Amino acid sequence: MAKIVVDVMLKPEILDPQGDAVASALLRLGFSFAQSVRQGKRFEIEVEGEPTASQISQVEKAAELLLSNSVIETYVVRVEK
Amino acid sequence: MRVGVITFPGTLDDKDAARAITRSGAQAVSLWHGDADLKRVEAVILPGGFSYGDYLRAGAISRFAPVMKSVIEAAGEGMPVLGICNGFQVLCESHLLPGALTRNSDLHFLCRDQEIEITSNKTPWTRTFSINEKIVIPIKNGEGSFQCDDKTLAQLEDQGRVIARYVGDNPNGSRNLIAGISNEQGNVVGLMPHPEHAIDPLTGPSGAGLGFFTSILNSMVK
Repeated sequence: MAKIVVDVMLKPEILDPQGDAVASALLRLGFSFAQSVRQGKRFEIEVEGEPTASQISQVEKAAELLLSNSVIETYVVRVEK
Repeated sequence: MRVGVITFPGTLDDKDAARAITRSGAQAVSLWHGDADLKRVEAVILPGGFSYGDYLRAGAISRFAPVMKSVIEAAGEGMPVLGICNGFQVLCESHLLPGALTRNSDLHFLCRDQEIEITSNKTPWTRTFSINEKIVIPIKNGEGSFQCDDKTLAQLEDQGRVIARYVGDNPNGSRNLIAGISNEQGNVVGLMPHPEHAIDPLTGPSGAGLGFFTSILNSMVK
């Protein structure tokens, strides 16, 4: 079963207080490597067999329409085996 | 005058909104998210709450409810629409209003009385207020930070479409202390704080929130 994955991230200019809170927590735990943290969403969409070009383009549409909000977010669609 | 109040799954403030409409002298009409029929209302309120559990993004799923198709059409024809809190989020997700509401900058869910300043009385929802009138009404949200790009912000400011601003410290990180905005025509208004919880000093911090509801009545009954 292959998966079509959609990663949604806040645009760089949009404040991400959740990511900032995670970055502070990392620092408190001694993980001092993190310059900054951004938190996003990942959608895994299972399809029967190999995803077709038409399925991928429909997922692109769904990502634009529902899964992301273009005012504040960007998305990337990819296939994962 | 008939004013509709939409109930989505997870809406909390529909009863208070209906009570405020009744108190203003208009007739409150319940509308259901799954029913596209607007029941001959002359204005619509999208109340606060957590429609669809705020899943995905606040307001993102409600936008596609059958009733919203009718609301979007009616708004395009000039029907007054007010979105309060979660209703504001739904209006942004529906593209009836620009921008988006994101997580409060300090991550806290806020629930307190908040002073706001009315900065436009040109909309049918704010016309009984004086410009720069300050009122205290409750604010209660986790995702109330109004965000938009610089160009949209400049448009909102230049066209006088910021209808209310927070007074004092910025409670949630909203750009330019924005508490409420309108669309270009002025008939669609989104407001983060809750006027429907402040219609009577007995049960709220003031009675000043009633102004939003008497405004719509005065706008329609001439």
